Parts: sequence; structure tokens; C-alpha cells
Amino acid sequence: MRNLLISRWTKAGAFLICLLPLAFLSWRGLHNGLTANPIEFITHATGDWTLRFILFTLCVTPLRKLLRLPELIRFRRMLGLFAFFYGCLHFTTYIWLDKFFDLKEVWKDVAKRPYITLGFLAFVLLIPLAITSTAGWIRRLGGRRWQLLHRAIYISAVAGVIHYYWLVKSAVLRPLTYGAIVVVLLLWRLLEKSWSRPEAGRASPARSQPQKSQA
Amino acid sequence: MRDGLRLATVATVAGREFWELASPSSHALAGTKLGGVSKSPFSTTEKQNTYDDVTHYNNYYEFGVDKTEPAKNAQTLKTYPWTVAIEGEVNKPRQITIDEILKLAPLEERIYRHRCVEAWSIVVPWIGYSFSALAKLVEPTEQAKYVAFETFYDRKQMPQAMYAGIDFPYVEGLRLDEAMNPLTLLCVGMYGETLPNQDGAPVRMVIPWKYGFKSAKSLVKIRFQKEQPPATWNRLAPDEYGFYANVNPTVDHPRWSQAKERRLGEFFKRETLMFNGYSDQVASLYTGMDLKKYH
Repeated sequence: MRNLLISRWTKAGAFLICLLPLAFLSWRGLHNGLTANPIEFITHATGDWTLRFILFTLCVTPLRKLLRLPELIRFRRMLGLFAFFYGCLHFTTYIWLDKFFDLKEVWKDVAKRPYITLGFLAFVLLIPLAITSTAGWIRRLGGRRWQLLHRAIYISAVAGVIHYYWLVKSAVLRPLTYGAIVVVLLLWRLLEKSWSRPEAGRASPARSQPQKSQA
Repeated sequence: MRDGLRLATVATVAGREFWELASPSSHALAGTKLGGVSKSPFSTTEKQNTYDDVTHYNNYYEFGVDKTEPAKNAQTLKTYPWTVAIEGEVNKPRQITIDEILKLAPLEERIYRHRCVEAWSIVVPWIGYSFSALAKLVEPTEQAKYVAFETFYDRKQMPQAMYAGIDFPYVEGLRLDEAMNPLTLLCVGMYGETLPNQDGAPVRMVIPWKYGFKSAKSLVKIRFQKEQPPATWNRLAPDEYGFYANVNPTVDHPRWSQAKERRLGEFFKRETLMFNGYSDQVASLYTGMDLKKYH
């Protein structure tokens, strides 16, 4: 299992799998599968996948601790960057296909429509995280500060879920499911912290170095 | 910015042509041909949407909340035999079968604009006749001020309904004068045929100057009454969906703008018209009313 996880091929495979939603969307586009309102369909599909990849990213740390598979960390950056990638597609669809680059209109939307405001916030917060996702930036910022910065993804996740919730007319089941998953993932972090705290004093030498991989 | 627009235009043209080329329109749910249908002066000359668009992009929450779900799921709906109960403040309450409804008055084709509260729109060649013909049959009394509509609901035929987040059966209502306006259509078909299930078979309302949710589908009960009846979306979120729900570009939905709409099949949004472009026929129904308050 470990060998499989650290194999370069596994990572390449995961990369391709992360591209599948886009491939599927393109395939639908070529086969008249985007419904009578393709712009809406693309907007919803890219939005869904942004949120899903944010959740996948947030799953990495709990999974790697619960399964005792530290190697899983190798996939976190990629998942996070794919969240940003689908977020870019989602944002581009909105600003181009929905608003036709009418920036005044976009700004009015962001200021006036709470669900747009939150979606915009969720997306904007991902930008610095994507930029500072490299090893060089981790070094430059220092593990602790880097980690603090990257906690912004928690806000993105929550804002993303509310953005979805405020958008639907009555079918709240799906946004609430995403919300429940976010709550579980964030709650786990809080609890995990309080469980590990008493030991923290004793285990201080071991604590100092793996810090940065803990968002 | 200009480059973006040009790109957008190129993409539209390419996209449209492609969609027309690749459209595998399945008419699996098409109904029976309707004969003896006359043209109506109320029809618009605007380009009609394709049958495929109108049958595969539906809001019919009893059959799923995604637009493409009703086309797949509504096939379980049994539309024959079918009776509609007409009751309440009328001299001649009665049950009327779908066969009787089809013969009650001469069928007309009415090509109407249809504007959804979600800011998209379509142009559909509906078939039916003015609702007033049905009303005259049962003779509403002096007491009748409103008309309540109830739509079909059966958990067995509509297993997806439990995920919709709204209460069923779906109910709607109109003021009597709105219901008696000649534009208000009792609809039994479209595109020359009986209604497909996902579009509200076998009989539905079409009220073209109001948001689509007012036009209740698959009717089973029509009740004339004194009091304003409850309406499903209005009951769920009164600040978002008014009882009147007249198409009005100057009154936004609290969460999104109603100033523009996307006509399905078009790339750029178009301006939404007051009363969906039917002001001449219906504006007088609302003289002196604050349309923001009574949205």
C-alpha cells in the first residue's frame, strides 16, 4: 500500500482522475448533453466540482491520521490545486458566459447578492493558497505561518456551502449534505487538537518538524 | 473586453450550429396528434423553442429537482383516465373527464412567451382554449373571487417528490378576473400534440404574464372560492415568491435580478418585459396596485 502511494505512477493516475469531470463535461458538450441551458449546466457542474475538491482536500489530513497513512499527504496539494482549477472554470463561466465581462454588473452582483458575495469570497481566498502551494513558498513563509495562511480553506469550504445553499429554491438536501461533511471535517480537527494537546508537552521534540503538513 | 465579446460571439455561432447538428431529439414521450386546431391572434411571431428544449428542460419537482429529471421520471405518470373536480362557489359543480375537456371548446394554438422565475424563458406553441370557457360551464356564483388549482400527487407515481423540499400536492391560485382574462389558457397540448407528461399532462394552466410556477400542471381540482387560496411557493417563501408573481423586471427576486432573462437557445441575455410583454392585455387588472408590495 505504502509503495503504491509513493509511486510516481499513482500520482500521475490521480492527476488524470482529477481531470475526469472536465473530460466528462467536454464529452457531454460534444454530444448535446448540456441540456437546453448549457451555460447554467456548465456553471453548476464546475461549481459542484470546486466544492467537491475542496472537500477532498480537507479529507486528506483526517484520512491520513485515521488510516495511519502519512503518504497520503502527497496528494493534498494536487487536490487543492484542482479545487482552484475548477473554481477558475466556475468563475470564468460566470464572468464570461453569464455576465459577458460586464464588470460593473459583476461588481453590482458581488455587492448586492449575498450568495454571489460568498461564492466570490470562497474563490478569492483560494488564490493565495494556490500561489503559495509550492515548496519554495512553504520555506519562504515558514511552516507555521504557511499553515496558518492555508487554514483559509476552511473559510472557503464554509462560504462555498452557504453559496450553494442560498442558490437553490427548495432542494436543500444536496447543499446540506455538503454542509454536514464540512462540519464533520472541521469538527474532527477541533477534537483531534484537544485530544492531542495533553501529550503535546511530552512529545515536543517530535512536534517541531512535521508541523507544516497539518492543515 | 472587446476580444472577449468577439470570442463569445464566435463561440455562440459555433456552439449553436453544433447543437443543431448533434441534436438527437428523442420524441419518445410525444403524445397524440390533436386535430382541428385554429390559430390565435394572441400568438407571438417570435421564434419558437425546439420541442426537444421544451420537453427536456423542465421544472416539475414531483419528478425530481434537476431540469433533466422530469423527462426521464415522468413516464410513470398515468394520464388516462383522468378527471378534474370543479367545485366551490359555482352553480354547477361537477367532475369533468379529459375527453370532455378536449371537446368543451374549439382548440387554439397559442404561441406564448413563458418566463421562469429563475430568469430563463422559452416560446411555446401551446394548445388549448381560454380558461373562461370552463368557468362558464360551471357558472361561478357572486361569492367567487378567486380560483384555486390543485395538481395531481401520488407518492407511488412520484417517488422523487420527497426530495423536493416543498409540500405536495402543489397548489396555486388566481384572482377570478385574472382567471377570466382571455389570455389565461387551459392547456391540453403543445406542438400539435397532447401534452407530454413532463410538461404537465394531461391538462394544465398557462398564464403567460406570470412566472412559470403560477401555471400549475396536471390539474385534478379547480375550486372557485371567496378567499385567496394558498400557493405552494408563496407559502414556502412569501418574500421570494408573491401570490401575484407577475413578470416584472423592476422587482427583483431577493436573491437574483429579474431585469434580464436567458431565452433558451440564445447566448446573450435579453431584457425582461413588463408582464412578459402582455401589458396591453393585462396591465389594467392591476391599476392602482403597488406591484412591489403585491409582487
